[in-house]
Amino acid sequence: MSSHSAPSFKNPVVRWVDSRLPVFSYMHAEYGTFPMPKNLNYFWNFGALAMVVLITMILTGIMLAMQYTAHTEHAFDSVERIMRDVNFGWLLRYIHMNGASMFFIVVYVHIFRGYYYGSYKQPRELLWILGVVILVLMMGTAFMGYVLPWGQMSFWGATVITNLFSAIPLVGENIVTWLWGGFSVDNPTLNRFFALHYLFPFLILGVVILHVVALHVTKSNNPDGIDVRGPQDTVPFHPYFTAKDSVGLGVFLLIFAFFVFFAPNYMGHPDNYIEANPLVTPAHIVPEWYFLPFYAILRSFTDDWWFFSWFLSWLMTAKLAGVLAMFGSLIVLAVLPWLDTSKVRSNRYRPIHKWLVIAVLIDFVILGWVGGKPAEEPYVSIAQWSTLFYFFAFIVLTPIIGWIERPRPLPASISEPVLKGGATTAKMEKS
Amino acid sequence: MAITLKGFALGVATAAVAGTIALSGMTDRALAAGEAEHPPELDWSWTGPFGTFDRASAQRGLQVYSQVCASCHGLGQLYYRDLTGLGYTEDQVAEFAAQYQVEDGPNDQGEMYMRPAEPSDHFVEPFPNEAAARAANGGAHPPDLSLIIKNRAHGFGSIGENFLAMLQVRGYSSGADYVHGLLAEGYVDPPEDVNLLPGQYYNKFMGSGAIGMPPPLYPDGVEYEDGTEATVDQQARDVSTFLAWAAEPRLEARKQTGVKVLIFLAIFTGILIAVKRRTWASVKH
Ligand code: HEC
Ligand code: HEM
Repeated sequence: MSSHSAPSFKNPVVRWVDSRLPVFSYMHAEYGTFPMPKNLNYFWNFGALAMVVLITMILTGIMLAMQYTAHTEHAFDSVERIMRDVNFGWLLRYIHMNGASMFFIVVYVHIFRGYYYGSYKQPRELLWILGVVILVLMMGTAFMGYVLPWGQMSFWGATVITNLFSAIPLVGENIVTWLWGGFSVDNPTLNRFFALHYLFPFLILGVVILHVVALHVTKSNNPDGIDVRGPQDTVPFHPYFTAKDSVGLGVFLLIFAFFVFFAPNYMGHPDNYIEANPLVTPAHIVPEWYFLPFYAILRSFTDDWWFFSWFLSWLMTAKLAGVLAMFGSLIVLAVLPWLDTSKVRSNRYRPIHKWLVIAVLIDFVILGWVGGKPAEEPYVSIAQWSTLFYFFAFIVLTPIIGWIERPRPLPASISEPVLKGGATTAKMEKS
Repeated sequence: MAITLKGFALGVATAAVAGTIALSGMTDRALAAGEAEHPPELDWSWTGPFGTFDRASAQRGLQVYSQVCASCHGLGQLYYRDLTGLGYTEDQVAEFAAQYQVEDGPNDQGEMYMRPAEPSDHFVEPFPNEAAARAANGGAHPPDLSLIIKNRAHGFGSIGENFLAMLQVRGYSSGADYVHGLLAEGYVDPPEDVNLLPGQYYNKFMGSGAIGMPPPLYPDGVEYEDGTEATVDQQARDVSTFLAWAAEPRLEARKQTGVKVLIFLAIFTGILIAVKRRTWASVKH
């Protein structure tokens, strides 16, 4: 892929293998000499961090699966047995439980990085779409994983979310019955969720590999969002980024470990330490925190919302509108490369769009906040206006700003950040 | 210029991460606090990064549990052998277990029989099933207490208060505040407008105000083996400490391991920072 200067390995075994299956040359080219823009900031750590968390989740998950029992009568107790009697079971379980939250924190920052520095633009559109696919798969995985300990939130969360499919016209109810494997969330549901929860992370791993292959074709974007002009702009991955990613990893592990050892239940819900009981509905059913922004979008669509009754009520139910909007919020992300009409990547050079990016970030946090609140005023109105803003920002403001904005002059190159007037901008736009 | 932009970008990232973490812990907790009165917050021995369970208090708590609560509430996740974790010797545990009868069998006649419990047995349940428990308690179901401290830990109030408590490593201690409050201070005269059904009592810390549990603790209701004066408050503290241990017997191991892990990671990260600085020293960027 990159300029292979086939290294000569000293170790004869390595040489023997490499001449038959060039895994060593490949690693050398992709993680040794691979050229990285030298102006990357610490935002560029988060991809590597996500990879570390994914591997951590797979390893701890496989070890948990050896002790876990996927049966409604035993699931809750088997998780408690892991916590109490399995050697270091508490550690595995808390790593896995908090790892899911860390995974989302890391991936959300990683996505925001791409959004702010325009990494979704030509030529990285497919790389970006693969990223959105990973996010969707992660959401599915985490949702099903949360059902496994069979606590009250597991059960009721699963009931609420699977019920969403009943909004699909005509076949909705049948689909829900099919998903459940019965007429309510029950043992067959738990069994298939376990099977799929085991499978999905490997699908994620597959898409992550494609994501990295695509990355190594287009190479990394950088905070200036301009193309690499030559070797003076780059440094080899090793030792420069192995060193820099390690720093990020160290800091990340400190935060992760703090949660695992000192606040392992902070991001969870206490009700999930009550065994699932189909006869007792919890006062407030709330999904895990990382779903809250999407949950807020889903719940925004109520029958009495003016937006719904003006524009959509003739066509569909509020429930279906909510479900479509929730999936739509991810689709909008996937098509962002074509919604953004500006050629300039980095928001460092986009005086107007930069504020839109920050506003969308704030909007997303607000959605997360109201998503965890009960469906009452003022939270409902806040959620509805934030939902509208989310879509308005991407579908309307993003293309318009791209057309009207006058970008600031771009630097001539990464190694020469001295501004040389508007000429470079023009050159950039042609390329 | 470059530095300020980089600073800005990192600032946004940090704010987003901190905001997410703060928000992530708040789900629904302020609510729970808003429904009923907030129980007083106590200093519990097991909070903080170095916290350990006060063994004397937890042992007294076991006494309260087994002499008072056990007639109605199970402790299904525990085995008698777990009690060695509270500082009892194996002989003491065997002796404690032997007071209880468990069903075993079938024997070679094909019959079930009763025998004294052994350390490897689960704590015996007060009722054979939920229906029996309800029948004996005027329709109310006394919940299993194994995880009560964790599943009643609805936090300390606002998002900010919860975030601060998280940094102080107060963990699930709000659940112990709740159980202590419920037992020691919750039973007060009901307000005028509250109508209680027969068999219900008023407790100001219960969400609905009505509770099916008669006030279980009385002054000197137990006679402590270590001579401590058994006030209601003392009993409530002791049983809450015991139940906090029962909810997570591995808490101490977790924190002790955590201190070592964090020290190691801090040093290791320091070294990594130094390596990175040296590596990048010659690069102009
Ligand atoms: C006479 C039987 C009885 C005794 C003794 C008893 N309880 Fe209860 N307890 C109940 C019942 C019944 C409920 C369910 C109340 C309800 O749901 O309204 C209950 C509920 C509880 C709850 C849950 C309250 C909530 O938030 O839902 C806790 C905590 C509790 N008991 C602790 C204890 C402790 C600790 C002791 C021993 C000091 C104890 N109980 C002794 C019968 C008893
Ligand atoms: C993408 C990676 C993964 C994510 C995001 C994820 C997420 C989750 C979540 C959120 C839970 C619930 C935690 C709790 O509250 O207890 C969970 C539980 C579980 N997961 Fe995963 N998981 C991943 C990978 C895996 C893998 C590869 C396995 C291997 C089989 C696995 C096995 C389990 C088991 C057995 C449980 C139940 C035990 C428990 O609840 O602690 N997970 N997972």
